[in-house]
Amino acid sequence: MTELQAGQGAQPLKVPRIDARPQRYRDVLIALVAFVLLALLPFIFGSKQLLDFVIRCAAYGLFATSLNLLVGYTGLISFGHGMFFGLGAYGFGLMMQKTGVAIPVAFVATLAMTFVVAIVIGAICVRLKEIYFAFVTLAFQMLIHSTILSWQSLTGGDQGLRGGIPRPPFLGIDLSNHLHLYITSCALLVIGLFLMRQIAQSPFGYTLRMIRDNATRASFIGIDVWRAKLVIFVLAALFAATGGMIMALFVSGAYPEFAYWTISGEGIFINMLGGVTTFLGPMVGTVLLLILNDTVTRLTEYHGIVLGVVILFFAIGLRKGLMDFVVEWFAQRRGEGRG
Amino acid sequence: MIPVDLDALASCLASPACLVTQTTSGLIIGMLLFLVAVGLTLIFGVLKVVNFSHGAFYMFGAYFAMTAYQLTGSFALAILSGAVGTAILGLIFERVFMSRVYGRDVLMQLLVCYAFVLIFDDVVRMIWGPEFRSMGMPAAFQVPPLFIAGGVVPPYYLLLIGVALAAAVVLGLGLARSRIGKVIRAAAHNPGMVSALGINTGLIYGGVFALGGMLAGLAGALAAPVRSLTPGMGFSVLIESFIVTVIGGMGSILGALIGALLIGLIRSFGSLGFPLFTEGLMYLFMVIVLVSRPTGLFGKEVA
Repeated sequence: MTELQAGQGAQPLKVPRIDARPQRYRDVLIALVAFVLLALLPFIFGSKQLLDFVIRCAAYGLFATSLNLLVGYTGLISFGHGMFFGLGAYGFGLMMQKTGVAIPVAFVATLAMTFVVAIVIGAICVRLKEIYFAFVTLAFQMLIHSTILSWQSLTGGDQGLRGGIPRPPFLGIDLSNHLHLYITSCALLVIGLFLMRQIAQSPFGYTLRMIRDNATRASFIGIDVWRAKLVIFVLAALFAATGGMIMALFVSGAYPEFAYWTISGEGIFINMLGGVTTFLGPMVGTVLLLILNDTVTRLTEYHGIVLGVVILFFAIGLRKGLMDFVVEWFAQRRGEGRG
Repeated sequence: MIPVDLDALASCLASPACLVTQTTSGLIIGMLLFLVAVGLTLIFGVLKVVNFSHGAFYMFGAYFAMTAYQLTGSFALAILSGAVGTAILGLIFERVFMSRVYGRDVLMQLLVCYAFVLIFDDVVRMIWGPEFRSMGMPAAFQVPPLFIAGGVVPPYYLLLIGVALAAAVVLGLGLARSRIGKVIRAAAHNPGMVSALGINTGLIYGGVFALGGMLAGLAGALAAPVRSLTPGMGFSVLIESFIVTVIGGMGSILGALIGALLIGLIRSFGSLGFPLFTEGLMYLFMVIVLVSRPTGLFGKEVA
């Protein structure tokens, strides 16, 4: 049978039209429930430590999830994503210290600045492949880090932005109040995650998955791979900058470590820990890493060894992230139940 | 703005004494970097992994040398133990851990190395303590410096440059001419075929990793008398040797040499003109090279 004959009896493939709306409603519902639960937390447990923990989770979680848009969804292993975290923190802090504009204005202005920087850096980086992309993003990260260190008159050099970030109240929200800061961080986290989820589930999100799996094929069917990669690079940068801004508000300052490559390394590690195949994997990874860091630092001064062994356990032992493992385990169990 | 002192740079370039001093200091930075970077590039060329923990071997080399020197008082033994110790470490590390992640995605390989960066730094902290240590200049080199055209050149620097150059020549000739060199190049090209011909590729991989570790350890041991030793000292060297390999082209020995010398000179002269932005200059240079030639100056186009 020739190929022509083989095709004759076949039915034209029916493409099921997926209505995205129910899923979007479900996401909105989950986001609302999550926000309400987080907002109720301070009224159930008054512990300041717990609230601090959640704020840090919000900052790192936004950063790590945005990195997953690059690593997990598009296959772009960025080793310099932390530069946007640092840029957000410094941009926001400087804007508040030097100009004294309202917080929402500084927020939007910092996003606009990140947008411009990300377009320039992204346009240069995304045409490189795999390991070279990782290197050049790392180089840009270190370039920004050195600039922050050496531009002492503006950034305070290795001392960081000191003197605190002014937090004038706006619209009845006073971010120098711990509870208000907490609620705002949670709101930013939930909104950020919701938006990223919509990006990941959109047709554009599926284009990214296709680029990850087979970029050549994607470009053959008419997708502008370079542009799609650039768009997700810039979008991810905006969410990372938001995480940086939460961090700057939380510590009331910005430090060169925020722009150091280790932030990017931690982001990659968080993704690995939680798993890159599920949307919430990086969020789980963030919580795990922060808990791990906090407990290990309290127990021993040699936390590098403990952290290293945990990484080895995931990388060589489990060979996947925690959420990947859990999802597969459930899928297997369901399969066994049926069979 | 970023402080710039072009006058200092110009006046140095105009004076032969300053030129000699800065060039020698650039050369020793470059030569040490070359020893680290060439191991990195060799491991990448043959094993196709980026050894992110390579800086740790440099660190161990320095600490091994210091301990051996304090125990025996012999400088030659110190250098030898730095090199041999790290070679053994490299072999074990490759056979037990790295060999499990070949062919897996880059992320996993980087993570395993990242884990060992953390572990090795803490091991050093446990054994040798967290404070700065120094080995001290061996007695044989505690002689007055040479003056070349008015510039100061410590004799130890000459030894350092000589050893690194010798390593470059031996390595280059060995890979190009010797039987083992040919087998290694064949394994880099087509490991499946090499193993089908009855050659133990696992042994080659382990050997290349040990060789790379040994070169980094040698660099650490040579650097021990002139640098201060601290846990985490490998990291800045690692980042710089990354820049070197990326600029020179991953997998190219000549590229590593040229890249290392360029970075060394950028560092020594850049510190005059851009005292706070010296590192920034290196990254800037790397960005420029990568953007214009993604595979580096001497890298081959990979399909």
